[in-house]
Amino acid sequence: MESKINRYSKQLILINSFFILAWLVVSVFPFIWTFWGSFKVKADFFSRADWMFAVTGVNTLIETGDTSTVKAYVESWTEGEFWKATMNTVIITVSVVTISLFLGTLGAYALSRSTYKYTFWILIAALIFRAMPHITLVSGYLFPFFQLNVWGILPTTIIVLVAINQPFTLWLLYSFFKTVPKELDESALIDGCSYFQAFRFVIMPVMWPGVVTAGLFSMMLAYNDFTVTSLLLNQQNYTMVPKINAYLGTIEHSGNYMWAVSSVVSATAPLFMIIMFFQRQLISGLTAGAVKG
Amino acid sequence: MPHRTFFWFFFPSGLAMLLFIGLPIISSFFQSLHIEPEQILMEVEKCDPFGCKTETKVDIEATTKLQEEQPLGRFNGLGTYGDRNHLALNEIKEAWTNSSSIAEFTDILLNLPFYKALLFTLTFCFAVTPPVVVLGFIVALSVNTITKSLKGPTIFGVILPMIVTPLIGSLVLFWMIDAKGILGSFIQFLFDDPNLSLKSSSQLTWITLIIYGIWHNTPFAFVVFYAALQTVPQDPIEAAIIDGASRYERVRHIVIPHLYPVATFIILICLMDNFRVLEPIIGFAAEGVAQSLSWMIYNDLRSENKMLFGSAGATSMLTIIGVAILLTPVLIRTWREFRTER
Repeated sequence: MESKINRYSKQLILINSFFILAWLVVSVFPFIWTFWGSFKVKADFFSRADWMFAVTGVNTLIETGDTSTVKAYVESWTEGEFWKATMNTVIITVSVVTISLFLGTLGAYALSRSTYKYTFWILIAALIFRAMPHITLVSGYLFPFFQLNVWGILPTTIIVLVAINQPFTLWLLYSFFKTVPKELDESALIDGCSYFQAFRFVIMPVMWPGVVTAGLFSMMLAYNDFTVTSLLLNQQNYTMVPKINAYLGTIEHSGNYMWAVSSVVSATAPLFMIIMFFQRQLISGLTAGAVKG
Repeated sequence: MPHRTFFWFFFPSGLAMLLFIGLPIISSFFQSLHIEPEQILMEVEKCDPFGCKTETKVDIEATTKLQEEQPLGRFNGLGTYGDRNHLALNEIKEAWTNSSSIAEFTDILLNLPFYKALLFTLTFCFAVTPPVVVLGFIVALSVNTITKSLKGPTIFGVILPMIVTPLIGSLVLFWMIDAKGILGSFIQFLFDDPNLSLKSSSQLTWITLIIYGIWHNTPFAFVVFYAALQTVPQDPIEAAIIDGASRYERVRHIVIPHLYPVATFIILICLMDNFRVLEPIIGFAAEGVAQSLSWMIYNDLRSENKMLFGSAGATSMLTIIGVAILLTPVLIRTWREFRTER
């Protein structure tokens, strides 16, 4: 849509490319650095003598006989039980995404089709709930959960994450369902469908773009959560992020520190792949929030 | 949609929110009114060959019994809110009467845990947000001008800091900034000071945390601005070109006014999200010099054998009040929009 008269001068293109490149370095380089460093030993990644050691791997060569090593990965996954944390993360993420989409689509569809005033108050309440810092909610959970003896297990955390996730999912899907023409399900109602049938046979086939976006955000919340998982799960049930934090607590053991570094890479890589695949949906979701408020 | 159908559609989602967001707030408040039971002390006479001594010891049996009877502790009313770790009313009163100057008073005030945390939280919020908005806008403008085929990968690169969880993001930066890491050594080289470490002084740590905050939040501002840039009307821009407006003038007088509502949205979301700052403090191991309100709650709750529910509840309530104050403009805006919609 670039009009011909709005052409950029050479100078501007040069400055612009330089700026973008610089910005890309700022945002991407830390990850590349960590990825590279995760294959070194601690003496290299945190080199007192020369930071170049992290690139060349001098100490890694001395300690392991090669310039790069997967020792930290192997150890953290086996000895450090990162496989368990990964499994827990997968269980939690899949359950949270499924349940919160199921609840969210039903609720948001109802909100978008009802013309009564209480829908507005529900949406406002959801907005307030969305703004609550998660840690304040966690401080409210702990005591009752201890009393009910449901602290520390995965199902509790899943339900909590689903609930915390609901407000955002509702808003996102609400603005999505608003863009689905009302006439579609109204005609189904006239033809004698009930609301549930209209939802099942008319809305469900067309709602997938919105659901994918909402699912992506639910996934990021469940996958990335630290506050809830670190305080509501016991050590054996830790997911990836609190597990990484737990590795850091034992700095004395120098091997453990590299466990954390390699685990950061293990935890980040799948996320980046998914986002690479669904980038468009992610951006459309963020935009929907901005346009709709 | 009839009320009945609406109810059944909305019921599961509403119930989840009510039980796990609504109730915890009430439960937090209820907890904040209680305080942990005091430990029951008893005197034990200990005799060894050199004579007898009386020692005060914690009566574990009686204490556990009391804890079982009153798991939440004893009722304390609003006492926890006023104690030294929260609003510190007595300490403030004392400082007010005793200190000779305003500077001394603020000094005492900002050394009280709650006010210290509040100061950091607010500083973080308000130092991070403006650069985020400006940088996000510049990056969006800049990405908008590059060739179409490069846009996808560029956008992916730019949004990476936002995708990773704050704990991992801050760790990744922390490892580079560490005195033995690449950036840390570079900074030492730059200032020619081999002992310089960003962890050494509280100001430097605060600056590091703020820089991290900007790094983490800019992608969000970028994405929203970038999307909004696609909706800028082309006609006025072409008219401005014909009238001889420079590129800067076009951005200043057409694009920026178009983006004002989007900018307020970004500012509010940024303020709200940064108000709960917690993970960066843990990632940067900055607990010593930078505590936020969320960190205070986390600290009260993390020790497994002695959780301070009362104290955490009181801080939570005060945090929620803070969020409510930040949220008011959003609520007013949403209400206005909703009214104009009908």
